[in-house]
Formats: sequence, C-alpha cells, structure tokens
Amino acid sequence: MSVLDAGAALPRRRPDILPALTPLAVALVAAPFIGSPSTFVTLTAAGLAMGMMIFTMASGLTLVFGMMDVLNFGHGAFIALGAYAATLVLLPLASWSSADSLPLNLAAFVLAVVVAALVCGVFGWVFERLIVKPVYGQHLKQILATIGGSIIAEQLLYAVFGPAQIPLNVPKTFEGSFVIGQAAIEKYRLVATCVGLLVFAAEMLILNRTRIGLLIRAGVENREMVEALGYRVDRLFVAVFMAGSALAGLGGAMMALYRGQVHATIGGEFLVLCFIVIIIGGLGSVGGSFVASILVALIANYAGFLVPKLALVSNILAMVAVLLWRPRGLYPVSGR
Amino acid sequence: MNLRAMNLLSGDPPRGRALQAILILVILALAAAPFLFPGAKALNAAAKTCVMILLAASYDLLLGYAGIVSFAHVMFFGVGAYGVGLALYGLGAGWGALGVGLAAAAALSLALALAIGLFSLRVQSIFFAMVTLAVAYAFNVLASQLSWLTGGEDGRSFKVPDVLQPGFRLVEGKVFGVAINGKILTYYLLLVVVAAAFLVLLRVVNSPFGRVLQAIRENPFRAEALGYRTVVHRTLATCISALGATLAGALSALWLRYVGPDTALSFSIQVDVLVMVVVGGMGSLYGAILGAALFVFAESYLQDAMGALSQVAADARLPLLPALFHPDRWLLWLGLAFVLAVYFAPSGIVGALKGSEAKAN
Repeated sequence: MSVLDAGAALPRRRPDILPALTPLAVALVAAPFIGSPSTFVTLTAAGLAMGMMIFTMASGLTLVFGMMDVLNFGHGAFIALGAYAATLVLLPLASWSSADSLPLNLAAFVLAVVVAALVCGVFGWVFERLIVKPVYGQHLKQILATIGGSIIAEQLLYAVFGPAQIPLNVPKTFEGSFVIGQAAIEKYRLVATCVGLLVFAAEMLILNRTRIGLLIRAGVENREMVEALGYRVDRLFVAVFMAGSALAGLGGAMMALYRGQVHATIGGEFLVLCFIVIIIGGLGSVGGSFVASILVALIANYAGFLVPKLALVSNILAMVAVLLWRPRGLYPVSGR
Repeated sequence: MNLRAMNLLSGDPPRGRALQAILILVILALAAAPFLFPGAKALNAAAKTCVMILLAASYDLLLGYAGIVSFAHVMFFGVGAYGVGLALYGLGAGWGALGVGLAAAAALSLALALAIGLFSLRVQSIFFAMVTLAVAYAFNVLASQLSWLTGGEDGRSFKVPDVLQPGFRLVEGKVFGVAINGKILTYYLLLVVVAAAFLVLLRVVNSPFGRVLQAIRENPFRAEALGYRTVVHRTLATCISALGATLAGALSALWLRYVGPDTALSFSIQVDVLVMVVVGGMGSLYGAILGAALFVFAESYLQDAMGALSQVAADARLPLLPALFHPDRWLLWLGLAFVLAVYFAPSGIVGALKGSEAKAN
C-alpha cells in the first residue's frame, strides 16, 4: 500500500468544501431566530435569487481580474448599460411581455437579456481598446483610467437616456408569486435563480472542460508561460473582457427587471456589492464569488429581517469576518 | 525668494514661471474674493475652492505621494462635517461646541483610518481601493439611516458661533440670506485655516517621511528592503490625509451651516476630488490648488457656457449634441479630461506647466 506506484495518477487535490458550506451555516444559524418557517423560506428564496443576480455581475468582474489583473471600476457602467439595453428591447415589445402567453413572455425576456449581454460585450470591446489597453500592468493608472471611463460612460447614459428613472415591467407570466404552504415565493426570483445557476454552470463548464477554459486558467496561473507556448494571450484577454462586460450587462438587465425600474445609479450601487463579493470569494475565483454572492445576499436578507439597522453594514461585517478567517478570501487563487 | 519664504514653503516652491504666475493669480483672487467678486454665487464658489484645495491636497498626499488609491476620503470629509455640524446642533452655537465637534471628528477619523489602514494595507494597494470603497459606501448609508443622530437624508441645519453669524434672529433651517459680515468673516477663517493646513501638508511631504512615501510609491519592495516599514508609513499617510479631509469637512459644514449626506458624504465628491488631483497634477500639492480652482470654476461657470452651446446645437437641429452639451453633463467633459490626463499627462497641469518651462529654458 505504502509503496509508491509510478503509474498511479497524482493524488487528487482534496476539495476544500468548508467555505462552500458557509451559506448553509448562516441559514442554519439564522433559522431559529427567524422562527416562522414560511418567513424563513421566503427570505432564503429571495436571498438566493438576489445572490444569483449579484453573482452574474460579480463573476464578470472576478474573471476579468483573475485573467487580466485588471480591476475594472467601469464594471458598474456595464451593469447600467445592460439595464438600459434591456429596456430598449422590452419597451417596443410591450405587447409581447404583457400578453398572457408564456412563449411570448419568455421570448421577450430572453431577447432582452441576450441583447443586453451582447450590447455590453460589444461596448466592453470598445472600453478595453480605448480605456484599459494603454494601462495594462499599472494598477494605479488602471484604477484611475477605468474610473474615468465609468464617469464618461455614466454621463453618456444620462445624455442618451435622460436622468429620469424608466419604469420596466417583468413579463406577465413572471409576475406574482407561488404560494407553498404559507411561504410566498415570487416567480421572477425563481427565474433569476435559474438564470444565475445556468450562468454558473456555463462558466464552470467552459473554464474546466474546454480548451479555451484551459488556456484561460493557464493564463491566470502563468501568463508568460502560455504566451511562450505560442498562444495569443492578448486576444484571449479581449474575449474575457467582453465576456465579463456581457455578464455585467446580463446581471444589470435582470436586476433592473427585478426592481421594475432603470436608472444609471444602479451601476455604482452594485459595483460596490460586486467588490465585496469578489473580495470575500477570493479575487479571481469564479467558484468563490458564487459562494460569496449567496453568502452576502443571505446575510443581508436575514439581517434585514432580524436587525434592520445592522443590515446596512452586514456586507462589510461579513467581509471583515471572512477576511479574519481567510485573509485572501474563501477560495484564494494562487499567484494573487 | 528669500529664506523665510522658502522656510514657509518647506523649501519646495512652485517651479516654473507660468506655474508661479497662475498660482499667484489664484491665491490673490481667493484672498480678495469678497471684494473682487461681489455676490453670493462668487463667494460660495471661492469658499468651495478653499475647502476643495484642502481636500484635494490631503488626497494628493495619499494618491500622488504614497501611490495609494482610497475611496474613503469623502468619508473622512463627512466625519469632519458631521462632527462639527452635530456638535453645533446639539451643544448650541459656541466655540466650545465647535472645538468638541472637531476633536471628536478628528478622533473618529483617526480611528477609522488606522483600522482601515492596518486591516487592508498589508495586502495590495488594489485591495485597499476596494475595501475603502465598500467602507465609504456603508458609512454613507449608515449616516442617512441613523436619522435620530444625523437627521437622515434631510441632514441638519445648525447655527454657528455669533461672530460668524450676525443674523442672530434667524429661525433655524433658514440658513441662506444671512447678513454678509458673518459670511465674509467665515470666509476668511476658511482661507486662513486652509492656508495653514496646506503649509503643514507641504511640510509633511517634504519631510524625510514624505521622501519615504515617495520611495514606497516608486518601489515598495525596495523600500522595505531598505528597512522602512511600508505598512506603518502607508498607514500613517492614510491617517494624516484623513485628518486633512476631516478639517476640510469641518470648514465646509461651517460655511454651509448645514450638514447632510449630499453635501458631506456623496460619492460624487470623491470622484470630484479624484478629478481635481489628477487634472491638477498628482504628486505636487500645488496641483491641488490648480485642480480645485479649475474644477470649481468649471462647475460654477462652465455650465452656463455649455448651456449656451447646447442651445446653439439645438437650434441647428444637430442630433445628440444638445444632450452632450447640456449643462448637467459637464462632468462628461471633465471625465474626458481626466482620462486624457491619466494617459498623456500623469503630472497634470503642474507637469505641463513645468514641462513647457523646461523646454523654454
């Protein structure tokens, strides 16, 4: 047994499941305090949906950071742009989304979020070329340049769409809620959760099971080596940046629908949340940001119910607690 | 320049004729503002410039000299504003209350800066940027929610000491329309305090401590290898800069006689300060003066010009241009200047003026 077998595969790295269990632990701790099971189910479902939407936005940010070592302060602008792009699709299609038919509703919804993602992907390309490209490798300038980019982008959004809030309704089929026992779960939250899970599954599949994913992961670990092997890492960079922006747009569109209105301030608001999430998750880690999103959203929801005053700083407290436990986040990425 | 003046400027006078001329112009304009430019709007702009000069200069200590990006600077500004505002509101309009408020605000700022610095400066500077952003955001929300203390979104209007507010009979809440004497006195108080604080900051950046900060900015690894404890230096820089911002906030509250989330904690102030420092010139405190003066001027007067331009564009029936030149979009153009400054003129206006001088010689 103890004799080394040269032919045996390397021992598999033991998966680190402890951080992944934190949302569960939080739910278990909070449950007795909340008392009523129906309230608990409602709060948890709402937290999961919110977490999935935050994850969609945050995973884009963490991907870009992990791959390109760029902390994109312009990410918020893409969240807002996605919301506006979805509005542009849904307003003309009002007849589809207000019709009492699932296929039409679904078509309008899918079209809206896909267009939001595509538009943000294209603008992400522009943003990368104009704003980020000249300052690769210089953190200070990157932060400043992307902030400048986000100021410009936000002002352009105001110039084009006006400073007023635009109301936005979810398609009719997704309105209202299911009632299970005494717990009410909004339908749209289920939709949001499904979309978030799909995004997570797709990202995991692409990153872990495809050649592109292999190259991206390799690039995260050691960029020079991948370049030395003859791959155009800079092109991969652009692709990842576009994907990150598209994810921001997708998340922004979902969030705008959830809130029922669109305004450019949505960008800054969720950018802060995205930062907290990717810090908690470990900078650059998609799985980490998935866990962290759920964790943050659940804590915010439970705290909002139990101690409303604390809810406002619950994110920060969660971040401090996690960093005291694991200073580099739940799932630290090596080399960062 | 004689020796005493050099001592006053800590041996770091502005270099270059053009820079000197413009600085003297700005300072003279500020010193004589109440007499040169009568009217509430001009005096408000001048007072805002003074406050912003201190805010930007203390931010430059962090950004330009230490190479740390912080988004919590406006939080310290807010602490100062709320400290003075709430003290004057709660304890009555006296100099004692002002002192108590200022001391409490300074203590809180110092504690916060220490905590944030020690907590997050160990890792990367990029980490610090994110943590400060999150903390500042939470602080902003907190201030608007704790309405029993801060007055919530409405903020608090308060009276300032008699000397600064001759309109004694004014009912609370009606802060505008005060007799001009009090305002002018307040203005000169602002000017003197800002000038003194600026000279102190100039002393700090030209001290050995300031040199170490610049060394850390250029190469943290090497500075550490030379035996400097980078975390301590960076944290200390954060604390000094936080105190500067607190003072600026206190002055701002004193001028406005009002403190609220919009005037003291809004994230847009943070962006404004960033723009001022970068456009004015990172790594030179004189850049803060130029940046702040230019910014406030643009904010107060560029909007009129843009409004006219927008009207012209609208009359010519051009698409989109009227919206782009709308007076509310002035930040768009400053944002553009900001990005261009980051790329092409990292040392901002100060660098450009120095550069042209060097070529001329």
